[in-house]
Amino acid sequence: MSRLMRFAVFWYDFIVGDSAVLAVGAVAALAVTAGLVHAGMEALAPALLPVLVAITLAISLRWPR
Amino acid sequence: MSTPLLVLTAFLASAVEMVEAVTIILAVGLTRGWRAALVGTAAGLLVLAAVVAALGPALVRLVPLAALQVVIGTLLLIFGLQWLRKAILRAAGRKAKHDEEAIFREELDTLGGTPESAAFDWLGFTVAFKGVLLEGLEVAFIVLTFGLNAGRFGPSILGALAAVVVVALVAVAVHRPLSRVPENAIKFAVGIALTTFGTFWGGEGVGLAWPLGEATLLLLLAGYAALAAVLVSALRHIAARRFRAAAEGGPS
Repeated sequence: MSRLMRFAVFWYDFIVGDSAVLAVGAVAALAVTAGLVHAGMEALAPALLPVLVAITLAISLRWPR
Repeated sequence: MSTPLLVLTAFLASAVEMVEAVTIILAVGLTRGWRAALVGTAAGLLVLAAVVAALGPALVRLVPLAALQVVIGTLLLIFGLQWLRKAILRAAGRKAKHDEEAIFREELDTLGGTPESAAFDWLGFTVAFKGVLLEGLEVAFIVLTFGLNAGRFGPSILGALAAVVVVALVAVAVHRPLSRVPENAIKFAVGIALTTFGTFWGGEGVGLAWPLGEATLLLLLAGYAALAAVLVSALRHIAARRFRAAAEGGPS
């Protein structure tokens, strides 16, 4: 394995770990929240963010490793 | 604002931030080991001291707190969800309870590294470092904002220092009793705590105003704990149903 490849693998393992669903879901949840806030729907965002996080966690459990 | 009131306000505001930082340090120390937790804490304090010394009161204008909250909140959310997911799988019997050492050896073999170079827990270090840096910056913001408004820094510095001492003493007192709690229960709590802080900071970073302010942390904590309990129960139920179906369909 080349040094660059090892570096990339280290950061992938460090941030993504063994469930890409969690990393993608967490980033998507925050992106959706940011979109809501900037669209002027601030009242909806505090309730929606934890729900999106909960859905991400539940989906990630479908592929235990 | 009178001097005692200024000291008390700075103490309470700083104590809230300190409790958040100490929770993360304890979480890392109890689950990943104290070396990474303490080195991460020391590194966070060093960077914090350098930033505060270099910028002074200009810190309030120059450091992009929202950007830091987004980056740190996102990473904590991902790390917290990873720990919580593993704790749920372990509690539901879908994953071995002590698999870290096997994974560690497997990774060492893959990377071809030596035990000495790979033994340091960078994940634990990073979580502690980021927690201390972000919360420390918030304490610095509190001291500087109160100090600038009052036209004197003494009372707010005194309040913040008192908070540091009190919260640190409480942390030292509770870390031994906490170390007797079963390992997976601690990992559960850590996963829930990091997911809570990650949601809270990440949300604030993207511009979300939590209606209950810092009290939202307690609501998030309770909500994620309830969710984890439901998910463990659901996974156990599914496993039991599959076991029964296999037993009924198998040879008698």
